[in-house]
Amino acid sequence: MSFDSVVLIKQVPDTARVTGKAMNDDGTVNRSALPAIFNPEDLYALEAALEVKQRHGGTVTAITMGPPPACEVLRDALYMGADRVILLTDRRAAASDTLATSYILSCAVRTVGKVDLVFCGRQAIDGDTAQVGPQCAEKLGLPQITYLEEIVAINGRQIVARRNIGNGYEVVECAMPVLLTVTDTFQEPRPYAAKAMLKCKHARSRLELEREAAQSMPGSDEKARAAAVDQKAAELKRRGLLIEQWTLDDIHADLAWCGRDGSPTKVKRIQSVVLKGSGHEQYQPTEGDISRLVHQLIEDHTIG
Amino acid sequence: MSRVNPQGEVWVFSEQQGGRLHDVGLELLSKGRELADTLGVPLAACLLGDKINGLATDLIRHGADKVYLCEDLSLAQYQATSYAKVLCRMVEAHQPQIFVLGATPLGRDLAPRVASALRSGLTADCTDLQIGEHTEPATKETYKNLLLQIRPAFGGNIIATIVNFDRWPQMATVREGVMVMPKADAKRKGEVVRVECPFGAEDLPLRLVKRQTTAKKVDLKKARIIIAGGAGVGSKENFKLLWDLANVLGAAVGASRAAVDNGWIDKDHQVGQTGTTVRPALYIAVGISGAVQHRAGMAESAKILAINTDPNAPIFSVANYGIVGDFCDVVPKLIAAIKAKG
Repeated sequence: MSFDSVVLIKQVPDTARVTGKAMNDDGTVNRSALPAIFNPEDLYALEAALEVKQRHGGTVTAITMGPPPACEVLRDALYMGADRVILLTDRRAAASDTLATSYILSCAVRTVGKVDLVFCGRQAIDGDTAQVGPQCAEKLGLPQITYLEEIVAINGRQIVARRNIGNGYEVVECAMPVLLTVTDTFQEPRPYAAKAMLKCKHARSRLELEREAAQSMPGSDEKARAAAVDQKAAELKRRGLLIEQWTLDDIHADLAWCGRDGSPTKVKRIQSVVLKGSGHEQYQPTEGDISRLVHQLIEDHTIG
Repeated sequence: MSRVNPQGEVWVFSEQQGGRLHDVGLELLSKGRELADTLGVPLAACLLGDKINGLATDLIRHGADKVYLCEDLSLAQYQATSYAKVLCRMVEAHQPQIFVLGATPLGRDLAPRVASALRSGLTADCTDLQIGEHTEPATKETYKNLLLQIRPAFGGNIIATIVNFDRWPQMATVREGVMVMPKADAKRKGEVVRVECPFGAEDLPLRLVKRQTTAKKVDLKKARIIIAGGAGVGSKENFKLLWDLANVLGAAVGASRAAVDNGWIDKDHQVGQTGTTVRPALYIAVGISGAVQHRAGMAESAKILAINTDPNAPIFSVANYGIVGDFCDVVPKLIAAIKAKG
């Protein structure tokens, strides 16, 4: 028995490398100054899907929602072994909170068609909310297995999974279809396959082709550029290298539930983390000073 | 979907497993009490499980005016679908204005499922909740008495305040250990409201095969004094000095992520955004530079003593006392001074 999986992946700014310069003066995040990476736990989600395919056969489809540069993570997914990748891109999806995002992603999963397993990373490092997985499951009417760290077995259409519950683990069994969120305690994601890299490094979405044409044909008229893009897209499609591109219309999303309108949570204020800076009492590393400090801590009942 | 109901109650979810209440459920009652009193509405706790009605008294003693209780054999083992079904029924029937859950592994599994079904907003991992107003820039409309949901975001580099003015209940999960534990008051009275809910096979899709939990070797949240070491400690051997200091003070030993990643100490000891949030009476930071991710987990300590060779280390900015020096020299002097006073 083979299984068809969809993996939801995200390109995120590398928050571990935020420097002073990455923050704007008004305290907002200067995303353009940060390297964009494949969300770490989404790599484990992709690994889980590829593992199922390797053991049981089937297909792996990776979907990402974001602007055209997010195709980078789709190419990475191809290098690791995904069969099909889809860029979901639409300006009307901008400013979506987790609820609107999960609605949009659930519409995309439905559009893919028959799906046995949906995998997502537990959480993305830009928001750390861990909400989109369970919300997608609810919107799809699927059961959820969060914090997956091992697929113990697949018996018929029953998946036996080990989930990390913080102070230990749980092994649960569930019938497909089911949505799983994957943690970084799952087995290490596989490296890129050299053959897939050679072939798929040329994969592009139409929006990327348009951008490339605008750069490589400066001053040319719109018609000539469009013709060049059409030709290139047709060629890539023939070779199976045209990255599919969907808009909210393609997935039949109700716009009332997308973007800012579909997002109940609103950001009232963003503050850069500022240090308290209230000043502290300085003691010298001498016996006398340290004894004085200990005396004071005993005096005010902090210790002793 | 639930309507905007300014007379609605403030609700907290009381997580329990095996008939034992999770600390965070009680912590939420102290913050919930404050929010409910500010709004002039009752505070209610939602308690789900099997044969757990005895815990309702505990919740009332810790500040709840009401307990919505659903007891059913099907709820003996937690699973997101069945628990979400009960909570959605409760919310639809009683229209609370605020609903907060603990940001535990269970709470983070459950809350988004509930919020999605209710089509409500949800803010994850809040470190503070306040009541305040908000003027929406687009419409210039001002909303009073909203829940201000305050959380670190972007890897701890920013603090965001989130509001939800049109699709209630206003939902949030709250990090463990950031709200104070309320004192029990045996004289407090409250009401228990029983809720019935039918379950079908579709509500119980998971079958538990096995559960293995290990009690944490160290409970940093309960420690009055914590001695925490960071990258500056340099080695596992050097950590021994910190253990010695902890022994004379009856303190627990904590660590920064760097120390844990280096394998000098177990992950149970990690303080910070990806570890435990602590608020002890005294936090002694040894060789910890004080990255935002670490400060997020300890800045609320009553007193902070920082020991570091670098006078410009950010840890000094949150410290009450600072010693610039080598801990290998300072810590033995501290131990000697404490022993002398004892």
